[in-house]
Amino acid sequence: MADRRAAEFTTRSIKTSAKEAGLRLALSMVDLTTLEGKDSPEKVRSLCRKAVTPDPTDPSLPTVAAVCVYPELVKVARAELDKSEAGKKVSVASVATGFPSGQYPLEVRLYDVRRAVEAGANEIDMVISRGLFLAGQRGKVFDEIAAVKESCGDAHLKVILETGELETYDLVRAASDLAMNAGLTEHDFIKTSTGKVNPAATMGVTLVMLEAIRDHYFKTGVKIGMKPAGGIRSSKQALHYLVMVKETLGDDWMTPELFRFGASSLANDLLMQLARRRTGHYMSPDDFSEA
Amino acid sequence: MAQRLSVAKTYKLYIGGAFPRTESGRSIAITDTSGKTITHVCHASRKDFRNAVVAARSAQPGWMGRDAYNRSQILYRMGEMLEGKGEEFAQLIKRTTDADLRTARKEVEASVDRLVAYAGWADKFSQVLGCHNPVVGPYYNFTVPEATGVVVAVAPDEPSLLGLITLMAPALCSGSTVVALGSEKHPIATSVLGEVCATSDVPGGAINLLTGQRDELIEHIANHRDVNAVVGAGLSKKHAAALRMGSSENIKRVRIEDSVDFYDDEACESPWRIEPLVEMKTIWHPSAT
Repeated sequence: MADRRAAEFTTRSIKTSAKEAGLRLALSMVDLTTLEGKDSPEKVRSLCRKAVTPDPTDPSLPTVAAVCVYPELVKVARAELDKSEAGKKVSVASVATGFPSGQYPLEVRLYDVRRAVEAGANEIDMVISRGLFLAGQRGKVFDEIAAVKESCGDAHLKVILETGELETYDLVRAASDLAMNAGLTEHDFIKTSTGKVNPAATMGVTLVMLEAIRDHYFKTGVKIGMKPAGGIRSSKQALHYLVMVKETLGDDWMTPELFRFGASSLANDLLMQLARRRTGHYMSPDDFSEA
Repeated sequence: MAQRLSVAKTYKLYIGGAFPRTESGRSIAITDTSGKTITHVCHASRKDFRNAVVAARSAQPGWMGRDAYNRSQILYRMGEMLEGKGEEFAQLIKRTTDADLRTARKEVEASVDRLVAYAGWADKFSQVLGCHNPVVGPYYNFTVPEATGVVVAVAPDEPSLLGLITLMAPALCSGSTVVALGSEKHPIATSVLGEVCATSDVPGGAINLLTGQRDELIEHIANHRDVNAVVGAGLSKKHAAALRMGSSENIKRVRIEDSVDFYDDEACESPWRIEPLVEMKTIWHPSAT
């Protein structure tokens, strides 16, 4: 049922100025991500420059929402972003809590979070213990999320459910409710995936999570954000997701404060489509930097 | 017994190894020489062209990465399959153009031979176009040709099959992938050629075939920044100029010929038809002395 409903969002026809507005909005919602073992400080600096000036030939474009890196690179990212006024408004998101598996002692994971926050991370992307959750020890998972939330201080928390490992939509919904009830506050997020597991974000999973967010809002009045991550590569897909958010949660969520795309290659596709609209010419991927 | 209704073939585009209908939903009526509509082919849009370039780009590294001998085998296989479908092509050409059956068969045979000729060139052109350069110092210095990337072929109206194959084969044998816009006046051979490609071990995306109108597509071909080269023959002055103008922006290679005698084997099977579609790479290597 969720898949069927989600498929309906892909049938809307969005053209010309509405498409351009959608592409710009999607760009402003991107968490520009690099999460590889080979990430170097210079790659992260380059990514930060891209975050602030996504396309040097078009200064009218918005910055992306955040740069998402491993904890060791938070300091480098923050320093690079702080070099410009526009960059200061771009957040640094850090994956933490033993990303991507989370299979480390809780003290280690909490230390990971505190260190990332101290280094300047504005947002923490944590992973839940899927093993514990699937083993039925949901109370423990709840306590862990609450503990991480506390360690975040002022930084916003994004809770990664890793839906690709949760097997069913029922469990995705249960994990969403559990995370939101574990003390998440306004503008904290629930997030689908680490990007390291297949399948990553899908329309169906995202719809189930958006509905959980809607029910949570009706119950508590707290607006939780949503971040699908992994597998969203094309502008067309991004527009499908925006349609789904608008038709499920409404205009309030059509902002980078409440909706994000976790992606590395999506930004370039958005830039290619925006440039195509501006110049009338189809672009080459070679025209845009990888980081 | 009731009279059997014949089952007519639906002609579609050939993009990324599949046979999609045009996203625009449009079609072009194909008439026989008496003016009677015999079938329809797809009327490709700029979005079909865009999709074809995406398919060609993603297939290109794999096609270039195959060894030359394998590309040769695949082109030869295309020749074999075209030979097998020869009578179908000949009858279609006779039915839809001014050619008689003898001329149509001659065109198909020449097309098969052309594929075989370029199958032969696949593992030999680099010896002809490349060279060993004399340099001062203890180095070997080689220049070797490499595929330019994605080539768009804008085929002449006639001969609809032979013209198309003559433009595509040099690009394919040297490792480029092709997006071809077939004859506008007689597009049916282009549509059927997709069936040859699909059964010849041609990897999906290495050859992409569109049928449509040059007036609509030339501008987008000229301006597409992810196209590396354009070849064309028998084009109007306006279209040739548009291709040259647009290509200057991202420095596409352009080779447009006014009139070509496609039955002149010496001219049409020359490695100098490959040369405009390759990039020359020079390598310095220390010598033992």
